Amino acid sequence: MSTATTATPVATGRKPATMAQALNRALRDSLAEDPSVHLFGEDIGTLGGVFRITDGLAKEFGDSRCTDTPLAEAGILGTAVGMAMYGMRPVVEMQFDAFAYPAFEQLVSHVAKMRNRTRGTMPLPLTIRVPYGGGIGGVEHHSDASEAYYAHTPGLHVVTPATVADAYGLLRASIASDDPVIFLEPKRLYWSKADWSADAPEEVAPIGRAVVRRSGRSATLITYGPSLTVCLEAAEAAVQEGWDLEVVDLRSLVPFDDETVTASVRRTGRAVVVHESSGFGGVGAEIAARVSERCFHHLEAPVLRVAGFDIPYPPPMLERHHLPGVDRILDAVGRLQWEEA
Amino acid sequence: MTVLDQHVWQPRTDPAPLLPDPEPYRLLGTPEAGALDAGLLTTMYGQLVRGRRYNRQATALTKQGRLAVYPSSTGQEACEVAAALALEPQDWLFPSYRDTLAAVARGVDPVEALTLLRGDWHTGYDPREHRVAPLSTPLATQLPHAVGLAHAARLKGDDVVALAMVGDGGTSEGDFHEALNFAAVWHSPVVFLVQNNGFAISVPLAKQTAAPSLAHKAVGYGMPGRLVDGNDIAAVHAVLTEAVARAREGGGPTLVEAITYRMDAHTNADDATRYREDAEVEAWREHDPIAVLERALRERDLLDDAMVRATEEDAERMAAALRERMNEDPVLDPMDLFAHVYAEPTPQLREQAAMLRAELEAEAQS
Ligand SMILES: Cc1ncc(C[n+]2csc(CCOP(=O)(O)OP(=O)(O)O)c2C)c(N)n1
Repeated sequence: MSTATTATPVATGRKPATMAQALNRALRDSLAEDPSVHLFGEDIGTLGGVFRITDGLAKEFGDSRCTDTPLAEAGILGTAVGMAMYGMRPVVEMQFDAFAYPAFEQLVSHVAKMRNRTRGTMPLPLTIRVPYGGGIGGVEHHSDASEAYYAHTPGLHVVTPATVADAYGLLRASIASDDPVIFLEPKRLYWSKADWSADAPEEVAPIGRAVVRRSGRSATLITYGPSLTVCLEAAEAAVQEGWDLEVVDLRSLVPFDDETVTASVRRTGRAVVVHESSGFGGVGAEIAARVSERCFHHLEAPVLRVAGFDIPYPPPMLERHHLPGVDRILDAVGRLQWEEA
Repeated sequence: MTVLDQHVWQPRTDPAPLLPDPEPYRLLGTPEAGALDAGLLTTMYGQLVRGRRYNRQATALTKQGRLAVYPSSTGQEACEVAAALALEPQDWLFPSYRDTLAAVARGVDPVEALTLLRGDWHTGYDPREHRVAPLSTPLATQLPHAVGLAHAARLKGDDVVALAMVGDGGTSEGDFHEALNFAAVWHSPVVFLVQNNGFAISVPLAKQTAAPSLAHKAVGYGMPGRLVDGNDIAAVHAVLTEAVARAREGGGPTLVEAITYRMDAHTNADDATRYREDAEVEAWREHDPIAVLERALRERDLLDDAMVRATEEDAERMAAALRERMNEDPVLDPMDLFAHVYAEPTPQLREQAAMLRAELEAEAQS
């Protein structure tokens, strides 16, 4: 694998690229391919977004394809609904997780329900990009992990990449989808790098398919987005303790890939779900229930969850105590040698 | 009769008094400046110089890793200081995330005002102590709070005015509209201060609004709109004081737009060269709020070189004290994570707290 850097970081062939660059490339390719794709949001034009995900796109495609909007999330999403009703494919950016909340009315009452309300005559092909999650030292309202709100709303697809290749592939698939997609970007992985080829179609991730990132025999870690790297680290560390962990990256929370998850847990007989958002009423609860329903006779221990505490996201100086780390995961893995109390 | 049913709606026939001034209102440099209270002006000067120094110091602290982030109000100090000075002790201030200085000018401890931005907790002060609401990060969301608080005070018969601050970008949010509408319909004792500093991060005002001015928005709600030079502290103070007095006397809310300029980047993490020209920044330097006041004070012989030096030395001492206190690592107790979620922790939180305690003990032993 070549790690040489060139002037064009993500051209053809395999070059090191960040997740941010892969997302940028996905947007660029979608804009180039389909004139009905329009990006809009706060600061996405001249500035290229506060995380630079839209860098250069306004210059290349013009203001009307990559538009700086007034500062109003309900307005951004509401107008996107109207654009999609007229046959366009809007891709909107919510600047940070917690700043998407003003748009919830539009999201829940209209985006998620338009197809259903109109008996399928008016689908809404729109993508809502949300940088989410903590671990970057942001002050309050900049680190919420909000996936459970979205996943609980029928009518929305919810996807979240954990690798550079998936960032590209899933975003392309989301924009091409005829249904609204909440595209959750783990912001602490924006600058993670990988050797990545924009031209490898086998790396394009279809929505709704989980993937086994590491195979193992003694237990399955089920995770997604920002927690994947932590789980892979935990799996490496667990080797010394005699655990051979399988790691499943969900990639898509809705639709949920029962098949991959069930197959893995039936093989290993043990499962831990890991995510950084609060555990109570979280996505992990849903996954644990599904696994219990499908794998009851194969399970050697209850399905455990390792999640963020049930607290408002803490200030940066305390966030390391909140975010599930390797130790907390290993601890849960240890408890899988289960004996009834 | 409650405060809510005093009015019968009728089409307004007198739009003129609601319309903002065609040009931003100015005081310094005009003949009227000669009549301004000398004591007030010199107090303002001291506060402006300290405010500027505070901004510089806080920005420096981000470079040393002592603050997670700092949204500087350099260039906007006149609005910050005037907002605090326009209020009586019983009144309330509702600042946005950029308004640390207004909170400090109102008496909040400078270190406590920085807690949010340092990252040891979300709000470092007791809002009731100085009647300063927590600095609000989600934009415009503090505006309806100001209306509700003022409304509650009025229902109780208390003499309280709320002054809420918001940026030009924040005026595009739905919360801005809803707050102004409630305030006008309820005739609430609220003053809305929009600091129009030219940009919302990278987005210039022209992409934010097509209104003749942000102050014009007041007319549609049925409240007076005032347009003021935000770098003229005497003018901002006069307009705000008048609006606060009207609110106090039962005259209802006012929307004040102060035209100013953000001299620094959006925060220390922002690259302003991507969206604005240096020449524009330089042009505003000529109209710096400290320079504008200094000229006016010297004209009236209220300021000389020695006093300028003394003021700067005072600001320097403030900065040194701030630096020193900020250089101490805050003492944090991770168990605080569970302390303030509910009045009584839930059983689940108690369980999670026990887990963290065990982790911390294990960590301390290893
Ligand atoms: C509801 C919401 N959306 C987006 C943001 C992200 N954000 C923080 S500051 C800012 C620009 C604010 O501009 P303005 O209101 O003009 O205030 P200024 O920064 O100029 O003081 C944005 C978009 C936010 N804090 N809250």
